[in-house]
Amino acid sequence: MSLAVKVSLARRDFQLDVACEFPASGVVALFGRSGAGKTTLLRCLAGLERPAPGRVSLNGEVWQDDHNFVPPHRRPLGYVFQEANLFPHLDARGNLEFGLRRVPAAKRRIRFEEVVEFMGLAGLLSHRADQLSGGQRQRIAIARAVLTSPQMLLLDEPLSSLDLESRAEILPYLESLPDRLSIPIIYVSHAISEITRVADHIAIMEAGAVVACGPLQALLTRPELPLAHLDEAGSIFNGVIAQHDVEFHLSYVSVAGARLALSRQSAPVGAQVRVRIDARDVSLALKPPELSSITNVLAGRVIDVTDDRDPAHRLVRVDIGGQQLLARITHRSVAQLGVSAGLAVFAQIKSVALTDRL
Amino acid sequence: MIGSAYSVADLVALWISLKLATVTMVLLLLACTPLAWWLATTRSRVRVIIEAVAALPLVLPPTVVGFYLLLFLGPHGWGGRFAQQLGLQSLSFSFGGLVLGSMLYSLPFVMQPLQNAFQAVGQRTLEAAATLGAPPWDRFFSVALPLARRGFISAAVLAFAHTLGEFGVVLMIGGNIPGRTQTAAIAIFNYAEAMNYGAAQRLSVTLLMGCFVLLVIVYAVNRRLRNAVVIA
Repeated sequence: MSLAVKVSLARRDFQLDVACEFPASGVVALFGRSGAGKTTLLRCLAGLERPAPGRVSLNGEVWQDDHNFVPPHRRPLGYVFQEANLFPHLDARGNLEFGLRRVPAAKRRIRFEEVVEFMGLAGLLSHRADQLSGGQRQRIAIARAVLTSPQMLLLDEPLSSLDLESRAEILPYLESLPDRLSIPIIYVSHAISEITRVADHIAIMEAGAVVACGPLQALLTRPELPLAHLDEAGSIFNGVIAQHDVEFHLSYVSVAGARLALSRQSAPVGAQVRVRIDARDVSLALKPPELSSITNVLAGRVIDVTDDRDPAHRLVRVDIGGQQLLARITHRSVAQLGVSAGLAVFAQIKSVALTDRL
Repeated sequence: MIGSAYSVADLVALWISLKLATVTMVLLLLACTPLAWWLATTRSRVRVIIEAVAALPLVLPPTVVGFYLLLFLGPHGWGGRFAQQLGLQSLSFSFGGLVLGSMLYSLPFVMQPLQNAFQAVGQRTLEAAATLGAPPWDRFFSVALPLARRGFISAAVLAFAHTLGEFGVVLMIGGNIPGRTQTAAIAIFNYAEAMNYGAAQRLSVTLLMGCFVLLVIVYAVNRRLRNAVVIA
């Protein structure tokens, strides 16, 4: 199960050169700053650009090679643009049915009513595009793509043109898509906070090339990659909801043999969750702290210490029962505590955020 | 004077004008739609040349268009000889010649609204249709045409009205044959030259009111379609 891509595309001031094999399951994030070639690569996958030379295949089905080029309308994929791009001459229902009607009945794997229900569109069907909010338009654009029963879904920064409120409105729908559809999703974004909420894998793009590709959890903390040096750098831990504390409105998640407290969650005890810990919210101590307002403490061993963008800071990777924690602390603290590879430390975590996906 | 009855010749001239405007409009819409679509979507460098040629009738004096058409359609021109080889009669001084001349002369009035309307549909909208499984012809008919409908209304009205008001080209290639190639616009010229102002007035008012009512209807329809008329 994989999406194999080898494309070259020259533009006046830009050169795309990608040779990469993406896992064709779960959510693969295409990450990079604007101009890195994320959208262009996505357009090559969809057949909206014709790279030369180019080779694109999904699970062995060839969409493009030296002799063949399957045009976009014959590729079984759904594409969601940055702007919703709804057809202005059709109402919401007309937009949703546009792709659906062009799929032979035998190949439909998802029902109209089902999509309308889980995307929350029932009240909007008779509205025209210009009567809808940005968030509603984008939900219809996503539903419209899903209704073509695609074998893969391509999302090109679906939140970037929306205000904060609309983003918050759409994210839960995006997060539920992988489980609902069980098809691979390629998600283009330059916002690591979005990516940590939805993605399993990440491909990092720079200047028209994929510089790294792999599981999100592993790549987030790799000091030679740009992710660990972002302001919002952090790490992700898999855990299980262990207990709810009604009195103090807390939930406890057991992570790598320890317990982390976070604000009360709705997920039941035993549910698998993913928590995100920002590197700047982590401090290191040599002894377990006794009296502190910080209650979340994980014991581990330092893997390495690397320079950060700011010369006053160091990035410290800590092994916590096989998972990696990223800590951003000052150079001075590193020197005073003598932090170096192999040292046993206690990581104090100021706040833990739950990322909703399992 | 104004209220006096039309003569038979007046009615025939009006009929020829209406027929000419209608035929020209229909043929131009058919011919320009694919060309305007190509101009709106191509990245070819030939585009600017074609655009310039299609806009020429806007700036050329009608007599220049008419003069070259006359040479082209005459017995020694390519068009004339081609017609003779096919065993057809020459197009100059015939209704067919008028249609050809009117089409040339009104070409930009159809091409530009259509091209603008197709361009306004937007590349992204058509790409969205492609990713939703619509092949090229399907994208044209189910997305581009409906979105360009206001451009079609503009193009149709402009072609019709502009042909109705055409004078120079018709005079050059159609001559002035009553009952065959004499349009209302030319009949007015004849009346005025013969100092028959009453008859000229009668036809002029008819054309004036006809065109005015036509444009009012178009603007009202366009208003209801909520956006302004797309005019070059």
